[in-house]
Amino acid sequence: MKKILSIILLVLIVAGASASLVFAQDTFPTDDDVNKIAKQLYCPVCESTPLDVCPTEACRQWREVIRTMLTEGKSEAEIKQHFATQYGIRVLNVPPNPWLTYFVPGVVILIGAVMLFRGFQLWKKPLVAESVSDKDEAEQVQQDEYLAKMEAELKRRK
Amino acid sequence: MTEEYTPQRRGVPLWAQIIVWVFLVALLVIVAMGLRRAQQGTVQPGQKIDNFTLTLFSGYEYKGKTEVTMEELRGNIVVINFWASWCKPCEQEAAELQQAWEIYGPTGEVVFIGADYVDTEPEARVYLKKFGITFPNGPDLATNISQYFRIKGVPETYFIDREGVLQYVQVGPFTSLGQFQSIIDPLINQ
Amino acid sequence: MIADFGFGVLVVSFLVTLYSVFAAIYGEVKKSAAMVESARRAMLLTWPLLTLTAGTLIYLLVNNHYEVQFVYEVTSRSMPTYLKVTAWWGGQAGSLLFWSWLMSAFASLVTLRNWDRDREFLPWVIVVACVTMAFFIGMNVFFENPFAQLYQTFDGINPFTFQPADSILFTPQDGRGLNPLLRHPGMVIHPPMLYLGFVSFVIPYAFAMAALITGRTDDRWIRITRRWTLWAWLFLTFGLVLGGRWAYDVLGWGGYWGWDPVEIAAFMPWLTGTAFLHSVMIQEKRGMMKHWNMLLIILTYDLVIFGTFLTRSGVLSSVHAFAQSAIGPLFFGFIGITLITSVALIIYRWAALKSETEMTSMLSREALFLLNNLLFMSILVVCFWGVIYPLISELFTGEKVTVGPPFYERATGPLWAALLFLMGIAPLSAWGHSTVKTLGRALWKPAVGAIAITIAIYIYFTNNIYALIGFFLVALVLLVTIYEYWRGAYARQRSQGENIFVAFWNLTGRNRRRYGGYIIHLSIMLMAIGILGIELFQKETQGTVTAGDSIDIAGYTVTYREVASWDDTPKGVNYTRAVVDVYQNGIYLGELHPRKDFYFDSQQNMTIPGNRSTMKDDLYVLLVDWQPISADGATLKIYVNPLVNWLWMGSLLFMIGIVIAAWPDKDPEHVTVRADRQLKQTSAAD
Repeated sequence: MKKILSIILLVLIVAGASASLVFAQDTFPTDDDVNKIAKQLYCPVCESTPLDVCPTEACRQWREVIRTMLTEGKSEAEIKQHFATQYGIRVLNVPPNPWLTYFVPGVVILIGAVMLFRGFQLWKKPLVAESVSDKDEAEQVQQDEYLAKMEAELKRRK
Repeated sequence: MTEEYTPQRRGVPLWAQIIVWVFLVALLVIVAMGLRRAQQGTVQPGQKIDNFTLTLFSGYEYKGKTEVTMEELRGNIVVINFWASWCKPCEQEAAELQQAWEIYGPTGEVVFIGADYVDTEPEARVYLKKFGITFPNGPDLATNISQYFRIKGVPETYFIDREGVLQYVQVGPFTSLGQFQSIIDPLINQ
Repeated sequence: MIADFGFGVLVVSFLVTLYSVFAAIYGEVKKSAAMVESARRAMLLTWPLLTLTAGTLIYLLVNNHYEVQFVYEVTSRSMPTYLKVTAWWGGQAGSLLFWSWLMSAFASLVTLRNWDRDREFLPWVIVVACVTMAFFIGMNVFFENPFAQLYQTFDGINPFTFQPADSILFTPQDGRGLNPLLRHPGMVIHPPMLYLGFVSFVIPYAFAMAALITGRTDDRWIRITRRWTLWAWLFLTFGLVLGGRWAYDVLGWGGYWGWDPVEIAAFMPWLTGTAFLHSVMIQEKRGMMKHWNMLLIILTYDLVIFGTFLTRSGVLSSVHAFAQSAIGPLFFGFIGITLITSVALIIYRWAALKSETEMTSMLSREALFLLNNLLFMSILVVCFWGVIYPLISELFTGEKVTVGPPFYERATGPLWAALLFLMGIAPLSAWGHSTVKTLGRALWKPAVGAIAITIAIYIYFTNNIYALIGFFLVALVLLVTIYEYWRGAYARQRSQGENIFVAFWNLTGRNRRRYGGYIIHLSIMLMAIGILGIELFQKETQGTVTAGDSIDIAGYTVTYREVASWDDTPKGVNYTRAVVDVYQNGIYLGELHPRKDFYFDSQQNMTIPGNRSTMKDDLYVLLVDWQPISADGATLKIYVNPLVNWLWMGSLLFMIGIVIAAWPDKDPEHVTVRADRQLKQTSAAD
């Protein structure tokens, strides 16, 4: 009886173990591994479509190439380089030499910021008026009169 | 109260105007060039074809070499066929192309080369084997050659005469061997 | 017959528009009010004419007139009627007509207002609006005729405006049908909204040009067009958001924005439009930045035209691009003319745009608004360069490059963060003057609150530094804005004795611009929460499963149950629909139905996700066909998008905020007059 039970147990264990292998793919490289690299590439023939979502037959073949290269142990950089050599650098989602892409906007923004801060300095008027022209004085007098009137008014209403 | 503390009635200084106009004109020129390029079709007959190099698949060499250049082919009629394994219309003409190669290749005056456009080598080999293609074939690396010819799709075939001048462009597959011959025979007899 | 009628009306509209331009110029130059009035009437006439043209086209679309090339290209018998109507803007020729129709509607709306105070603007507004309209109608008349019919000649079947000799009319049995991607409610509204936004920005531009031409460079043009600009901005924002939502629902890559060149082309005018909205307030409150505001509206208009051009000319490669056509060069000419004219005008009038530019403090609200402008313009520069650089690279080095999302995200990320920070400080800063002290005093409590929230997020949720910075800024802005809003309502409650909700309502009603603005900022914070969630924490996985298998992701278990495939012949579609069960921690949540729809007429696939949405996240399941799909196996791609629905909720609130801000008040100038009168009375009584 014990023997039968242990055989049944063994069978169950083996069955369970092989069943767990069916749960999602654990075999390397997984679709996720392929997608991780395909995300960074664009389909060489379609317009502006990333390689992981492109539905065409050709894209399917290219994703298989990625899978094959991963199986061979190639690194992400090597795979991207392979695609660039084969199909041109336009399949990469950033230019391989990105300094120009960042440099130009960086310079323009810097110039803009400099212009703005120069502007701030030029326009800055100190709180206390240093130069008092005739017009300013007349204004000041007007304001004083107005203030006096306000004070009188308030006193009355109290 | 609309007084100004500094008179601001200056116009735009000359240096600023120059910069603005230069930038504007540059932008328009760039866009115009882009537009012209977008409207351009493929390379047209009459144009002299510059030198290019096509790397060849092993097993599909030209005279034992794994590379072939336009320069070394001068003096021959050159037929460049752009194709891909994922291209259904290419399959329609594949058999005829191979037949044509078997007729014209041995004359020594015509060279066929196949440029595989944006493809994968294993699939390309399957395609070549399926149609028994034997003329020199290789991947158009970085799509340099197809960009030069400004192909709009595959298949396209370009006929270049002995002086290296493009004579005929076939967009789409050939309908028959006869059509192919009618294009190439006049070039040979020139 | 009907198509010929439609073309005839179109030509008449073109001529009327041209007449309006010349009459307005002539009337202005010769000082003839009668001619200007005639021009105005001509412009009013364009809308009925274009409506008739559009009506004719819609009639042809709905009634299967496939001998008309446009109808053939964008409809088919299997399409439902509402889609046949909206196919009007489903192709190049029709969408150009739609543009013109909207333009005439807005131009007419503008001409119907009271012009008494602004007589000198009228002719030039007419000229600008009608030149733009003439251009778009002209493109239809000469290059992209929506009424061209198919004729069979010896050369084959081709579209012609006029019947060629020795030809017969060719009527296909069925049309090609609209690209299936466009047969979605979101896609139905997205182009009209975008066009509404684009077209309505023409009106402020027209007034700006009128101001420059007449030399009347005071605030008048801004005051007239202020509300118009807000509505334009509303439509453009709505169009962009709808585009994102549609992409999310239907394109099947689990995202809403791909930094595609055409998306960016529509985004750039939004950036300058937003900068303009803020900068205009500086001009109103402090009389500064007249040059800058003029420049911004010119830039916005030119970006609108430029964006429309890029989309349709084939210069850029993009998923959005229309088929290439002959309108490219004409469009280019129009861009050249408008750019050169606008720049020349503003240079000419530069000195007349005098400002009282003085700033007492770099922390004053006007200074912060200028910083805001700098940041928006910086983002614009990044976007513009990203779009132009591949073109330059290809033209000058022969090397095609792609500038993709990583560039835009890295380059604009810090700029967005800086903008968020500004949104937190600016409401606390005063017009004219603020110091570090005054700001600091107002800011420290919300700042402490934001830090506390960030620490809580760090402890309970994530240690991702970008997320922490982002959420800190969002919390800061939320606290500051809510606090300011509440303060106003509380003060009102105290002084008026209203209960707090009535106080909120009345407060908002009394000062719609300010509180509408606060609501807009709040909604942007909600959208920021959604964007941070999906951009930083999205999880995806893909696997091939057989019936009964499961895929685990982010706490969910998705079990593949079955798949069914059937044809819907009247609709012309083949559906492949999978059923998956969703569990979380052992609890059954429901089933999802990811689908693949194959449209026979266009031979194209649509991938529709099965999506479970909560405020916490979206579980987004796609049926992918890397392997052939059957009960034996299907490939599922699953995304978990945390917090993404905050993005959509936020954008709804955004619209509401703009409507509140833009809602018409009584003209403030009337109120001033009344107040003056009252004062006079009091002093007389002294």
